[in-house]
Amino acid sequence: MTKRHVTTTVNGDEVEFLCATEQTLLDVLRDELYLTGSKEGCSSGDCGACSVMLDGRLVCACLVLGVEAEGRQVETIEGMASGETLHPLQQKFLEHAALQCGICTPGILVAAKALLEQNADPTETEVRYWLAGNLCRCTGYDKIVRAVLDTAADMKGAAKQSGAASKSAATQRA
Amino acid sequence: MNDMTSPDLVARELKIVGTRPLRPDGMDKVTGRAKFGADMHLPNMLIGRVLRSPHAHARIKSIDVSKAQALKGVKAVITSSALLDQPSEFIPAGEMMVNYRDITRNVMAREKVLYEGHAVAAVAAVSDAVAAQALSLIDVDYEVLPHVIDVEKAMQPDAPVLHDDMYTIGVEPTPTKSSNIAKRVEFGFGDLDAGFAKADVVVEREFTTKPVHQGYIEPHACLANVSEDGQAELWCTTQGQFIVRAFCAKLLGMEVSQLRVTASEIGGGFGGKTVVYLEPLALALSREACQPVKMVMSRTEVFQASGPTSGAKLWVKVGATKDGRITAADALLKYQAGAFQGSPVQPGAMCAFAPYELENVRVIGFDVVVNRPKVAAYRAPGGPIAEFAVESVIDEVALKIDMDPVDFRLKNAAKEGTRAPYGPKLGPIGLVQTLEAARAHAHYAAPLKANQGRGVASGFWFNIGGETCASLNVGEDGSVAMVVGTPDIGGSRASLSMMAAEELGIPLEHVRSIIGDTSSLGFNFLTGGSRVTFSSGMAVVQAARDVIEQMRDRAAKIWEVPVDDVEWVDGHARFTGAGDAKSLSLAELAATAGKTGGPIIGNAAINATGAGPSLATHLVDVEVDPETGAVTILRYTAIQDAGKAIHPSYVEGQMQGGAVQGIGWALNEEYIYDDNGRLQNPGFLDYRIPVCSDVPMIDTVIVEVPNPRHPYGVRGVGETPIVPPMGAIANAVSHATGVRFTDLPMSPPRVLDAIDSQ
Repeated sequence: MTKRHVTTTVNGDEVEFLCATEQTLLDVLRDELYLTGSKEGCSSGDCGACSVMLDGRLVCACLVLGVEAEGRQVETIEGMASGETLHPLQQKFLEHAALQCGICTPGILVAAKALLEQNADPTETEVRYWLAGNLCRCTGYDKIVRAVLDTAADMKGAAKQSGAASKSAATQRA
Repeated sequence: MNDMTSPDLVARELKIVGTRPLRPDGMDKVTGRAKFGADMHLPNMLIGRVLRSPHAHARIKSIDVSKAQALKGVKAVITSSALLDQPSEFIPAGEMMVNYRDITRNVMAREKVLYEGHAVAAVAAVSDAVAAQALSLIDVDYEVLPHVIDVEKAMQPDAPVLHDDMYTIGVEPTPTKSSNIAKRVEFGFGDLDAGFAKADVVVEREFTTKPVHQGYIEPHACLANVSEDGQAELWCTTQGQFIVRAFCAKLLGMEVSQLRVTASEIGGGFGGKTVVYLEPLALALSREACQPVKMVMSRTEVFQASGPTSGAKLWVKVGATKDGRITAADALLKYQAGAFQGSPVQPGAMCAFAPYELENVRVIGFDVVVNRPKVAAYRAPGGPIAEFAVESVIDEVALKIDMDPVDFRLKNAAKEGTRAPYGPKLGPIGLVQTLEAARAHAHYAAPLKANQGRGVASGFWFNIGGETCASLNVGEDGSVAMVVGTPDIGGSRASLSMMAAEELGIPLEHVRSIIGDTSSLGFNFLTGGSRVTFSSGMAVVQAARDVIEQMRDRAAKIWEVPVDDVEWVDGHARFTGAGDAKSLSLAELAATAGKTGGPIIGNAAINATGAGPSLATHLVDVEVDPETGAVTILRYTAIQDAGKAIHPSYVEGQMQGGAVQGIGWALNEEYIYDDNGRLQNPGFLDYRIPVCSDVPMIDTVIVEVPNPRHPYGVRGVGETPIVPPMGAIANAVSHATGVRFTDLPMSPPRVLDAIDSQ
């Protein structure tokens, strides 16, 4: 069982690891790199607790092999906050009490961030179908959906404000 | 101190209790930092795996582990001989009575395997791959036996018998022939014949429910580390570290003090993590290998071998007068226990008719073993099954006498002073208030379209107290470390630290909340029975009052005044006697603690009594697609008496989560077996729990009828929300289709069949 050497980027940092060819990306993240924020709920792609971004695409880390990470960009929950500043979704999840046990929370946050990056103004239905691959057994999803919608509304408001600010600056220049 | 009745329960002005601060463990959970069961690693750690039975029922003739032991990298192999055998007797473990003969056989089969997935051997090896290979080298010689998985077939005289020494308890005389019927229970009073004779309308129905799994997203996981001298540490995902310690110490023949159990963050439990599966095996493997051993179940193993709740066959008969008074109520409940006795039929029988004030009532229940995994507690264990059937019949009776179903329930609702069907008189409860809130809610008057229906159901759950400890360790700067012994499964560190801060009169952020391991506190019963905010809350309040008394004493000594002239207000000792005002804050008192008597610790070790039942009423609108049989939940409103909502967001969260688990139970979830007794859907793809796009927002109304036996009026809220949904949804689907639905789940093929056979 010769292990393979893999060089990849995780949350912006270059990392190297050795892994057996049958090890999944989730196994590698958790057991080789000790990034245990991505959770294993099913290992069959049904629960979404291991959601990570791979080259900007939302994937279940349990359905990707570790060796497939070679030369690619992996983003996990551990990279979501910048320093002391939480991502707006993380802050809204706390404010809305959008978690109970918290095991699904990392995967849902990663998935919700991916949604807002491609659809800044989702409807409730769009949020519900986007998150349909992330199981939560505690909350009944209500507060999760509200937290995501509220984040989108805030980010839109912030974008509008900064848009208005740059517009007025442009007017002044003119 | 069991009586903590607070005379100023309602009048007192609260600063923190009842608000919605951020939870103390929130940051770790949104950043991925929180450590759950499978997130711990130790140097030199081995990976353990379990070999499981492919048969539903078979005698183990022999097990040959020699080839597995010889495999390079294998450090330990165990079978049932690694655990002590136990006599069959019921011993208290906290609030439960447990039979260690059954527990040791459930974690590792001895004479027979009793269900597919039953553990027969376990290995620890240097890697998961080696452990998996080792399992394939273990030879088990089975003599396959006839099996039975249906509860009514298991009760037949010619059914295959699981346990040769099982003679039904609760029937006179005790049978001389062994059977699968472990126990018969009966509750009730009055004269049923006379009651039914007075009825103008009688409705009688049979119902079936399927076993459903708690469906926590985090599989069972643990990490055991036993040293050469027998001192052991265990990290595991559990609802009760002290119960794990008790069970494991017994099975391994250890003193409890030698085993230190730390509860990890827990990724959902709903009752399913109140028992042990991997933990004794990991300890036994670690003891043999003298290395740490980590074990994690796969999702398949979770479904095959950890506890679902019972499937059941039910019969309910209710009679009422035309003006809406119930005259008699009768029920027969047959619950599957799985491979070992202990279905929740007893609590199911006790609470079946508990929402109602009845003169003539009887409930008979049977606890029946079958070749399925042993059931474990699941949120209000036993209640949802029985109350689904009862609430369906109540709905039909209301329909027959042409009375609004909420009005019918109001007319018969249990209230303070009502004699419960299981015996005692109820204290103050809030059922009437939930029904009135339902009737007044905009949801109840909203119009419905074709193929849509509205359902109502109420629900009852007892809630419990039990043995509980708490410590408040006051630091030298006046900040407080609060240590409790009940794992936080959904926000209890928030509710408990809020009560501590409220009592002490200090800012919430000055309280750091910690779930202690088994060596840091006295015995705590587990997180279950909706007891944590009630019982640990009571202990925390008592510990805080202990601190306050000590602070008043010390201030009195410093000021050289009588202690009666010192009161505690807003985190300060204040002199109330004649003369100059004097005040010392907790921080000031803590800073000089060394000179006034030493370290400041507030302690409580109690057996909490006086838990108050929580009642709920749910409203649901559904639409049934006549082409496919699919049921869509259009609107859902959950109304519940919380006693007092310490942190309302997490009370709402319990109500919303319970409702959606109930939606899954009602519409989709079931264990499907083939003819050989093998589970066909042990995964989330085929055992479909509700996903985000399946459900609407869940509206909530919190009713607060204080529990007079708790300092803040808390009842406990976690379990009741799963009691009403199945009845409410079945009533709604019945109204939408005109066909009475009596079998769960109401999955599309079943609904379509029912519509087509009209």
